[in-house]
Amino acid sequence: MQTLERIIEEHPFFEGLDHGFMDLVLGCATNVRFGKDTYIFKEGDTANTFYLIRQGNVALEIFAPQRKPIIVATLGEGEILGWSWLLPPYHWKFHAHVLQDTRAIALDGKCLRKKCEENHDLGYEVLKRFAGIVAQRLESTRFQLLDVFSAQK
Amino acid sequence: MATRAQTPRAPRKKREPSPTRNSPRAAAEATSKGNGSQPKPNSGKRNAKTASAIEFDRANHRPALITPEQLEKLIATLINDGFEVIGPTVRDEAITYDPVKCVADLPAGWTDEQEPARYRLKKSDNPALFGYSLGAQSWKTFLHPAEARLFAAEKQNGAFHILNNDPIPAVSRALLGVRACELAAIRAQDRVLLGDKYRDPIYGSRRESALIIAVQCSHAAATCFCVSIGSGPKVSDGFDLLLTELVDANGHRFVVEPGTDRGIGLLARVDAKPALEADLAAVESALASAAQQQRKLDTAGLKEFLYENFENPQWDKISARCLSCANCTMSCPTCFCTTVDDATDVTGTHAERCRRWDSCFTQSFSYIHGGSIRTSAKARYRQWMTHKLAAWTDQFGSLGCVGCGRCITWCPAAIDITEEVRAMREGGVRADA
Amino acid sequence: MTAAAAQFDAMVPSACVLKQVTKETPDTFTLAVARENGSGENAFAPGQFSMLWVFGVGELPISISGDPSKHDELVYTVRSVGKATHALVSQKPGTEIGVRGPFGHGWPFQAARGHDVIIVAGGIGLAPLRPMIYEVFQNRAEYGRLVILYGARSPRELLYRKELAAWARQPETQVLVTVDYGGIGWHGHVGVVTTLFKYARLHPARSVAMICGPEIMMRFVTRQLQEHGLQEQNIYLSMERNMKCAAGFCGHCQYGKHFICKDGPVFPYAEIAQLLDKYEL
Repeated sequence: MQTLERIIEEHPFFEGLDHGFMDLVLGCATNVRFGKDTYIFKEGDTANTFYLIRQGNVALEIFAPQRKPIIVATLGEGEILGWSWLLPPYHWKFHAHVLQDTRAIALDGKCLRKKCEENHDLGYEVLKRFAGIVAQRLESTRFQLLDVFSAQK
Repeated sequence: MATRAQTPRAPRKKREPSPTRNSPRAAAEATSKGNGSQPKPNSGKRNAKTASAIEFDRANHRPALITPEQLEKLIATLINDGFEVIGPTVRDEAITYDPVKCVADLPAGWTDEQEPARYRLKKSDNPALFGYSLGAQSWKTFLHPAEARLFAAEKQNGAFHILNNDPIPAVSRALLGVRACELAAIRAQDRVLLGDKYRDPIYGSRRESALIIAVQCSHAAATCFCVSIGSGPKVSDGFDLLLTELVDANGHRFVVEPGTDRGIGLLARVDAKPALEADLAAVESALASAAQQQRKLDTAGLKEFLYENFENPQWDKISARCLSCANCTMSCPTCFCTTVDDATDVTGTHAERCRRWDSCFTQSFSYIHGGSIRTSAKARYRQWMTHKLAAWTDQFGSLGCVGCGRCITWCPAAIDITEEVRAMREGGVRADA
Repeated sequence: MTAAAAQFDAMVPSACVLKQVTKETPDTFTLAVARENGSGENAFAPGQFSMLWVFGVGELPISISGDPSKHDELVYTVRSVGKATHALVSQKPGTEIGVRGPFGHGWPFQAARGHDVIIVAGGIGLAPLRPMIYEVFQNRAEYGRLVILYGARSPRELLYRKELAAWARQPETQVLVTVDYGGIGWHGHVGVVTTLFKYARLHPARSVAMICGPEIMMRFVTRQLQEHGLQEQNIYLSMERNMKCAAGFCGHCQYGKHFICKDGPVFPYAEIAQLLDKYEL
């Protein structure tokens, strides 16, 4: 059984983070499990956590009247779920719908926010990593918006 | 005020005459008395140059001399052998290639004046039959026809069978008055339509049965630039007979060189005499006069230059003038692009599939489901010019331009390919660099 | 192509009986055709295409999507997007359609032997790759791992769903499928095909990648593959342009200096890398 510490240290998201910072991060981490068809969070809820998905599949969903739930993306093993905890007003923008039993590490965003405010070097390291995730998601979303498989162009 | 050039007319539609019993092939073989190897069109990039050299050694045959009367006899001989002789005629105030029966059908005393977007025929005092330079139409009209049926098919109970799926027995033609640039164009089309993995039987049958009587130019139009391209005015190979028309104090006559055994046979039948040294000197001076050309196209490094200048402000300037009318491609003797049309009769049981010339200047040319790729005139002009002057070299080992200048004369917007290349080169640095 | 075969009239189709039409998605159908005389001229290489002619309607370049080891019939997967494709997929079994080809250069399966094969397909782009997948399974020992990444617009627009599931159960094979637009009942991935790379177990140094899909998708995928360390010379793309003749005569399919019909449709990435981002080429 891998320790929490080991898992976090080996995760690419935290790669290169020095030991002092790693200890601060570890202080905010817990192991969590979510059953199929449950929701990790819902649109509008207060966002104080983010997740390192270790196993499973989570859909980011949004509802619109008279429409089926729209899945904008799915996130699986190795991916980071959630960045709304990082910026005010700290509210989730989507539902996180568990499609398959999911194991993850939850990181306390409120705690990490506080540590980042106190130590801007840590704050920069965390923001830099999230900026990379946001850029990837934005690129994928733009690509998705191109609707390249549509017959009508 | 100069008159604007007219759109080159579509070639006359004509039914292919059925092959006569008096087959030109048989006649040609008889002509060359057992040594009758048909001159084969160049059958590949690799041996394109060598094919005629193997079959025929021109060094062993001194040029001959014939009179206009003997030219008349030559035409009659060809017709008698079953050839349809196609030559220059005056039609609708322009030189067009049409069937000719005799010397009187040729444009005696006519010359032409050409400038960008301007073409005029002028009567001159010189009785020369080939005193003009080039009309709008090129020989591709006869070798790579503007319209051809690929096949017909008949359907019964869901099944169909192909009709007339034999090589089309094209009438054999003698092409009279093929200039150096035009021979270069024919060689260029040979490489496209015969020289690669597949062979186009429609072009192939016409090409193989064609007898070529080339004519060397003694003057150039203002739009000519064969010297820059290296395609003329001297004709080096690819003909059965090569004429140079001379009109001077020694009279109206033609120096004739045979290029094939078939050409030798024809010369013998019109009783050609050997040419004199003075005649040969006159040929050289005629060629020198034709080589005095105003237009120049600097081809050095042109391929790389165009590949590197996919983005260049000059393309926008050209496209502001280009009407996408496709005249340049229709009159270009090397442009080979075609499209196809399917049609059925009213009962739906008889279908035909025809191909016809197409142009990269049309919107539909680059259509794939969802839309066209080259929607702007800029992209289409760029495609055309880059193909002619760059991609063609990679594809077929030579330029796709022979310097005939037709695209300059027949462009209603007076776009001049030589001028555009010069402007782009002088513009120098890439816009995006 | 033998010298004798090169002399045939490449422009005239041979009549083939339509044996079966299978609906794959709401607008895409798989057609199986057999030569009228049952002759064995159906050999093709994965990635090659034919010109399919509907009597009196028109002709289309269509990739062969069937099994290259089966010579009794030719299989094509056609998306109905226009008049001619609609006519083609609407033909009743038993009628004849015209077939020319096969034409073009296909996937470099010889060169790929001894390597892992990464197949990346978008939408109908899986059709020309399916023969390559069959080739790998039929000569399984010749190849390393097979990774298939497939993206489509939505779950109902996925081709060959049963086969995808069957391939996923094969040893040394990883199949990842994603859709741009998910919905209820879809428990798979949602996101563009490039988002699958993080789940793919790749060995870039010993892999050959073969990509077919819309050009934008192929560009994104090529970039991803290179970021993962795939060598440029081990990436191959299948291109599409207007095509009338398939023999290099009609000029329509020119792409820079290339004729897609005879130089492609499959190109090594390095040969066309400079062209892929050019507007209106």
